[in-house]
Amino acid sequence: MALAPGRPKPKPTPETKHFWDGCKAGKLLLQRCVETGRAYFPPRPFSPYTGSRNVETFEASGRATLHSYVIHHRPVPGFEPPYAIAVVELEEGPRMMTNIIDCPQTPEALVLDMPMVVAFTPLDDDITLPLFRPAQEAK
Amino acid sequence: MSYKPGSVAVVGAAESTKIGAVPGMSQIMLHADAALNAMAECGLKPGDIDGVACVGPMMPQQIAHYLGITPTWVDGTAVGGCSFMLHVRHAAAAIAAGYAKTILITHGESGKSRINGTPRPAEPESLNGQFEVPYGPFGPPTLFPIPVLRYMQATGTTHEHLAQVSVVTREWAAKNPRAMFRDPITIDDVLGSRMIAYPFRILQCCLVTDGGGAIIVTSADRAKDFPTKPVYILGSGESVESNMVSQMEDFTSSRAFRVAGPTAMKMAGITHSDVDHLMIYDAFAHLPLYGLEDLGFCKRGEAKDFIWEGNTRPGGKLPLNTNGGGLSYTHTGMYGMFALQESIRQMRGTAPAQVAGAKVSIAHGVGGMFSASGTIVFSNEQP
Repeated sequence: MALAPGRPKPKPTPETKHFWDGCKAGKLLLQRCVETGRAYFPPRPFSPYTGSRNVETFEASGRATLHSYVIHHRPVPGFEPPYAIAVVELEEGPRMMTNIIDCPQTPEALVLDMPMVVAFTPLDDDITLPLFRPAQEAK
Repeated sequence: MSYKPGSVAVVGAAESTKIGAVPGMSQIMLHADAALNAMAECGLKPGDIDGVACVGPMMPQQIAHYLGITPTWVDGTAVGGCSFMLHVRHAAAAIAAGYAKTILITHGESGKSRINGTPRPAEPESLNGQFEVPYGPFGPPTLFPIPVLRYMQATGTTHEHLAQVSVVTREWAAKNPRAMFRDPITIDDVLGSRMIAYPFRILQCCLVTDGGGAIIVTSADRAKDFPTKPVYILGSGESVESNMVSQMEDFTSSRAFRVAGPTAMKMAGITHSDVDHLMIYDAFAHLPLYGLEDLGFCKRGEAKDFIWEGNTRPGGKLPLNTNGGGLSYTHTGMYGMFALQESIRQMRGTAPAQVAGAKVSIAHGVGGMFSASGTIVFSNEQP
């Protein structure tokens, strides 16, 4: 799927570059605190649980559930209303904001806790966004 | 060391002369207009003020210089629309510490007319810019309600319950001549109004207005010499969580609320039954539900019934958002100042919809997208 032009483009920082490089390579990279084993997001080079810098980056499964969302009905550059602005809960624990593709943008189709899988979607040559689609629609 | 409950009091409190659509004033003049009104009612001149607090992007030096104040203490804490609750708290501590004697807290925002209005940029390299903005949120109406469906599922709250929040708030607004919207509305009106961001419709979103407000605090000992009826600060609390709503710890409860509210009530030494009047910053219709539960006025999942049964409406046992709230009274972009003003009016006995005999009022604020919270417990009696 091609994204409509005009969507705001994220600008990676030294602390987040690995995440965006991962998305471009088709990998959803999370980090975890080595001491507690707990994963976290958004990226940072230390554990938000302990303050330790002993963290590691790993590839997440890409499986998630739909945690909550709104369906926006007003025009925004780069988006065609109505469109859902969703938060998914990754299998590893952290949550992230995303959009849901391959699914009607309706309350009837978007059921909380439904299984989702990551769908890497290029924004342009630099940035690929981790969007999600319903798991039953997965190829 | 903390200030003692009741040792600091509000002696001046006023809103800008006009609120709503004020195309004749820029943002800084809305600050100044409210500040001049507050100083006038308690007989102060700018030279009598030695502390200034306001919220970015307006910096304390801009307000101090514009008004002609040479402060010995300033605070520019900027955590969103509840910043003024934090300013009141910090000011009380500063007075107890001797950093200042008479502190002016101001707000002004040209939210509707946008005359030198607050820019709302999200830098593409900020965490929000990287991990939320690319997915199409466009201002608070698309972000603040993101947890609502989760809350509804967890608590059995229905669309009708959430509509009732707007209906009851409008009942209060009907009693307030300064409220922007005063005509009665029904649940059907709310659920039939224009969809903004499902599950919320236009009547469940706050207004966007121009306006300002100012508060002057001093020690309770000095307050007795002012012409205004002192309103004592019994307790206060504050906290922050995350300015990314997607990273909220629990979508059905605000951690910042759960810290700020109980901290304030504990300091004040009050229980829920002592509270005669309550303001919960209602930028959107779900916030009173979260506030009632997170502050312990209702058990989890029971706020919907508490409001549905009429406890918060005129004549109810816990009058809530009696000015008409952000939903119907005014909302400049940072409504916390107006929640404080209404609590102060109720404690002075001068509110348009006065709660008879009210002695204790809580003003509970939220920073955008549940990012922050501040709570002030007021009383018209010194403990």
